[in-house]
Amino acid sequence: MKERPNLLIKDISVGKQQLVEIAKALAKEVKLLILDEPTAALNEEESNNLLNLLLELKKDGITSILISHKLSEVSRVADTITIIRDGATIETLTKGIDDIGEDRIIKGMVGRELVDRFPKRTPKIGDISFEVKDWNVYDPLVDGRKLIKNVSMNIRRGEVVGISGLMGAGRTEFAMSVFGRSYGKHITGTIIKDGKEVTLHNAKQAIDNGIAYVTEDRKSAGLILIDDIKWNTSLSSLDKISKNQVINDNKEIYAVEEYRKKLNIKSSSILQKVGNLSGGNQQKVVLSKWIMSEPDILILDEPTRGIDVGAKYEIYTIINQLADQGKSIIFISSELPEILGMCDRIYVMNEGRIVGELNRDEASQENIMKCIMKSNKEAV
Amino acid sequence: MEKIKDIFRNNIRQYAMLIALVFIMILFEILTSGVLLKAQNVTNLIMQNAYVLILAMGMTLCILTGGNIDLSVGSLVAFIGALIGTFIVTMHINIVLAIFMVLLIGVAVGIWQGFWIAYVRIPAFIVTLAGMLVFRGLTTTILQGQTIALPDKFDKIGAGFIPDIISGSKLNILTLVVAAIISVIYIFLQLKKRSNRKGYGFEVPNSALFIVQLVLVVVAILLIAYSLASYSGIPIVLVIIGALALIYSFVTTKTVPGRQIYAMGGNEKAAKLSGIKTNKVLFLVYVNMAVISAIAGIVFSARIASASPLAGQNFELDAIAACFIGGASATGGIGTVIGAIIGALVMGVLNNGMSILGVGSDWQQTIKGLVLLLAVAFDVLSKKK
Repeated sequence: MKERPNLLIKDISVGKQQLVEIAKALAKEVKLLILDEPTAALNEEESNNLLNLLLELKKDGITSILISHKLSEVSRVADTITIIRDGATIETLTKGIDDIGEDRIIKGMVGRELVDRFPKRTPKIGDISFEVKDWNVYDPLVDGRKLIKNVSMNIRRGEVVGISGLMGAGRTEFAMSVFGRSYGKHITGTIIKDGKEVTLHNAKQAIDNGIAYVTEDRKSAGLILIDDIKWNTSLSSLDKISKNQVINDNKEIYAVEEYRKKLNIKSSSILQKVGNLSGGNQQKVVLSKWIMSEPDILILDEPTRGIDVGAKYEIYTIINQLADQGKSIIFISSELPEILGMCDRIYVMNEGRIVGELNRDEASQENIMKCIMKSNKEAV
Repeated sequence: MEKIKDIFRNNIRQYAMLIALVFIMILFEILTSGVLLKAQNVTNLIMQNAYVLILAMGMTLCILTGGNIDLSVGSLVAFIGALIGTFIVTMHINIVLAIFMVLLIGVAVGIWQGFWIAYVRIPAFIVTLAGMLVFRGLTTTILQGQTIALPDKFDKIGAGFIPDIISGSKLNILTLVVAAIISVIYIFLQLKKRSNRKGYGFEVPNSALFIVQLVLVVVAILLIAYSLASYSGIPIVLVIIGALALIYSFVTTKTVPGRQIYAMGGNEKAAKLSGIKTNKVLFLVYVNMAVISAIAGIVFSARIASASPLAGQNFELDAIAACFIGGASATGGIGTVIGAIIGALVMGVLNNGMSILGVGSDWQQTIKGLVLLLAVAFDVLSKKK
């Protein structure tokens, strides 16, 4: 980890926080190590290191329980795999006796065979709707450290554009700084929406200009966990359900209920507290909130992190529907298969720069990594 | 039925406190052999506790934004009282103008404290602790340690009654008329709300339950009115409290700014990213608190008929305790104005009841402290279940 040791935990990224957490657990002399989604916030390389570490620990006689949504990891390191669905044990597979391939695990998880992990879509791509030019952002905490360097990108109507990159590449910082300067300082650059330059000084202006941002960390920055589905969903659309600042209760219930049904949010009613929902359903509430604000541009930052395969598929379907409605989707993800499966075009980001742009037909894991490696070499 | 259970579960704290309030009232009614709910004492109860009721409403908003409290309100009450005394008695300024001036000064104080809290982001605790010292000091400076007696005309605000429409009758007619009007308006609004919800095709509570609710509320209104009518009628402070309660309940439950306050207390980061200008919300909440303190200052100095350098001591703690007894969460985002009013009444009835029984103020404090602890403990434990 390349960070100053005296930096506060709250000021480092989620990914690095995760690493500190793991280091903390390893610092105690453990016999049994339980890891709950340890790699959710890590990039492939970091994940690999962690998994190798688990295998090392196994040799030392330490037992590890790995709870993960990333099936490739599970099949790689586990000796036995127990599948749990809806709070019940479905089955236990043992390495060497049963098939422990990913498809086999998925079958157990969803109760049927999932033919396609990504729903099909025929893209109907229109004109350029949103453009960012020469975007520069400085670190708000460390003086003079440039986080985003001359980033330019564009997106068209009905297009899903991915931003891929390793942890710390600056994807979240870029997205948040574009979304009403919600992160960073000394921000320079231009944002052009539908051919017109816009200045967005805060999140409110961004929302009013039809931009939505689904945060990377839904619990700490996306949702108000102590409030119910109703309040969370309508939070960024209060203007739409109110007149002269007075909220029309019935209109609100009506609208939120509609999204609850449309997005299939499993809950007792819209009065259920979002803190009591599963990760997938929480994420659907966040999506409802932003769909309700009727954006043209949706920035999704790790929208499927820490949620199960079935809910992921539902979220992919929602994303496709939004694109079909002519919305532009910027899709940020650390999971390469997801980026490859969902996006029409991919920007590769590394060390705060855009280091590659790939169309759907030229995109592959190898090509993305090549872009990153090449830029690393140039930097050296 | 599920819906009702849901509503009940979500509001258990508030219902629990309401039930506790009724229980405490019945208990003291028996212990004091009927003195507690005597007409004169009901009127007294309202006038004595006017300042807590008023301050608790403003304090609720502060606590909602994220467990922030305002420690300066007690000193502010004294400061405003001192200014009123100086304006009216020393400078011979017209009473209405003087009231208007101190309200403006309240706004200025709010802007001062709100600026440090919301834009410089110094914890509210520290800014208002400073305010507590500063305004107490200024009060003593203005009054030079003396107490100023205020004119009768001004004292009416705190101790006067609305004159009756017909004089000479044994019961105050105006009070009964007003109570009848309020009951009719209440029933009308509830019916309208119900038919509105039906119009949208939503479930409504069944009609038997609905009628029970209407009857209970109307009976409560009429009982209080009867009690007030058999003494001197409607105290002027009750009108002020009623108006503030209506305004603040409405703002917190039905409006966009209200929703923004709750959202900010629930998760400031998420609220900000959802387009809420949280600094502005926090700023306005503290401006509001200072104005509310000014109103409490006017009402309180009118009630004690003087401006005293010692006025308002520990008022901030009474207001904060009322909010927490009434179900506000110490971390923000949970709590209601009605809850704070109930909390203030619980403390008021305890005070008043124990005073009638001749319990010393030492024991009164101890008991109030324990009640606060128990109320919050109940909240914490009921959430754990």
